[in-house]
Amino acid sequence: MIKKEEILHLAKLSHLKFSDEEIVKLEKDLDSILDYVDQVKEVTGEAEKSIGAVHNVMREDENPFSSGENSEEIINEFPEKEGDFLKVKKIL
Amino acid sequence: MNLEGITIKSALDSFDKGEFSSEELASEYLKVIGEKDKNIHAYLEVYGDVLDQAKNNPKGIPLAIKDNILINGRVASAASKILENYKAVYDATAIEKLKDAGSIFLGRTNMDEFAMGGSTENSAYGPTKNPHDLERVPGGSSGGSAAAVAAGETLAAIGSDTGGSIRQPSAFCGVVGLKPTYGRVSRYGLMAMGSSLDQIGPITKTVADSKILLDIMAGLDPRDGTTISNDTYENRGKAKVIGVPESILQMDGLDSGVLKNFQESIEKLKSLGYEIRDVSFEHLSLALATYYIIMPAEVSSNMARYDGIKYGYRAKGDTLEEVYQNTRSEALGVEVKRRIMLGTYVLSTGYFDEYYGKANTAREVIKKDFERIFKDVDVIATPTTPTPAFKIGEKINDPVQMYLADIFTVPANIAGVPAISIPAGKVDGLPVGLQLIAPHGAEEVLFGVGEEFEK
Repeated sequence: MIKKEEILHLAKLSHLKFSDEEIVKLEKDLDSILDYVDQVKEVTGEAEKSIGAVHNVMREDENPFSSGENSEEIINEFPEKEGDFLKVKKIL
Repeated sequence: MNLEGITIKSALDSFDKGEFSSEELASEYLKVIGEKDKNIHAYLEVYGDVLDQAKNNPKGIPLAIKDNILINGRVASAASKILENYKAVYDATAIEKLKDAGSIFLGRTNMDEFAMGGSTENSAYGPTKNPHDLERVPGGSSGGSAAAVAAGETLAAIGSDTGGSIRQPSAFCGVVGLKPTYGRVSRYGLMAMGSSLDQIGPITKTVADSKILLDIMAGLDPRDGTTISNDTYENRGKAKVIGVPESILQMDGLDSGVLKNFQESIEKLKSLGYEIRDVSFEHLSLALATYYIIMPAEVSSNMARYDGIKYGYRAKGDTLEEVYQNTRSEALGVEVKRRIMLGTYVLSTGYFDEYYGKANTAREVIKKDFERIFKDVDVIATPTTPTPAFKIGEKINDPVQMYLADIFTVPANIAGVPAISIPAGKVDGLPVGLQLIAPHGAEEVLFGVGEEFEK
């Protein structure tokens, strides 16, 4: 059974907040989902991870975008700005 | 113009023969959208420049695009409040390839928020209705795309499939839906949900059309390191033996009408000359459990980027932490938050090994099981879903019941193999699908069996 304190801790880690009513519902939902997925615990052994055809692909760090190439479109999406600066809350 | 009989293949022929132009075809679809979409709500937006696109692409096929795939300069909201006004600043690779092929984009289609759900009820903009019964869901998460094709509001559509999100709505709406091999279509420009599971794929009227769209979108992409080329996997040749996991047909929750329909489909495959062989696939339930650990784990990490800072919705707050919390709490829906919480739980200290660690072991067990089965048979056949489309509201408050609708589709994503849903007739007046699953890279085998079956 998942406890209220655990829900609050997970919410903090996830940058989310919930009302008391939502927490009651979440406890119930997470319990029933965890109850179902619990069957993975019965899997035994250490299956070797098969990498298969999918593997890491690296590239040279080269051909950078020229300065300002995409700036306008990106700045247009800022939720708050001053001139071309992204506005955020004080962090210090 | 009789839209009903038109396929991508026939439209391309008609363009060549000068029977009609892409502009005429696109304007016919706009007419149907105008008549029907107020009842079905397949589209979140119909683009204002469709006829201009058609003028510039005289051989352009009209397509509807799921709202989580980026088209440069157009809104891509993933049916979420948090991206309500977000305009994409680049094209997804699949979109770039479709543009190069001259496609015409009619609009963006409704979906479950960030592709999380199986009914489109999790859209922040209201559910899509099933064109076969307006009281029922079209399935999801690519429900808008499947409903648009089924209602004749587009010739074909593009969706994404993480655990069945192309195949399940295709089955519920009576159209063809393909989840390609993991890596076949680049994920660049697809909003990430479960990155080790996500694939873009086509939703079409016919198997031949599915192949046409896959061929356009597929290929190695330097911007997605997981993409594969045509020779990554060995060529399988034509299918002769089809495996049926008889044990799953005794499963609780499998609708008796769906079971009967599936048995008829198997008889049909027999009469087409295929050998049917019983295969043991014991891990169906384990695959679903594995999926509901790995997927939310990846979701909780992928969703961390939506914090209200650089783009999208931003809520008010006195501190930076409050801005994060208020933004995400106000603008993300219930199911998205549930999966973030679940993912955070299975990844957190003390639970990581027993959930996420075990799920990865289980994933390898399931992959090995597929390898074993595919030594013996060329294709596995199952029903696409355990029931036909359910009623709107029926499962929305019971996440486990909703998740169980994915039971037959999830294993293909866990193993990364391709699978297709093909219309298999109706049960109580509602469409159901036959799912065919093939080994890695063997989409051609699916198309081969599928084309014979749909005749």
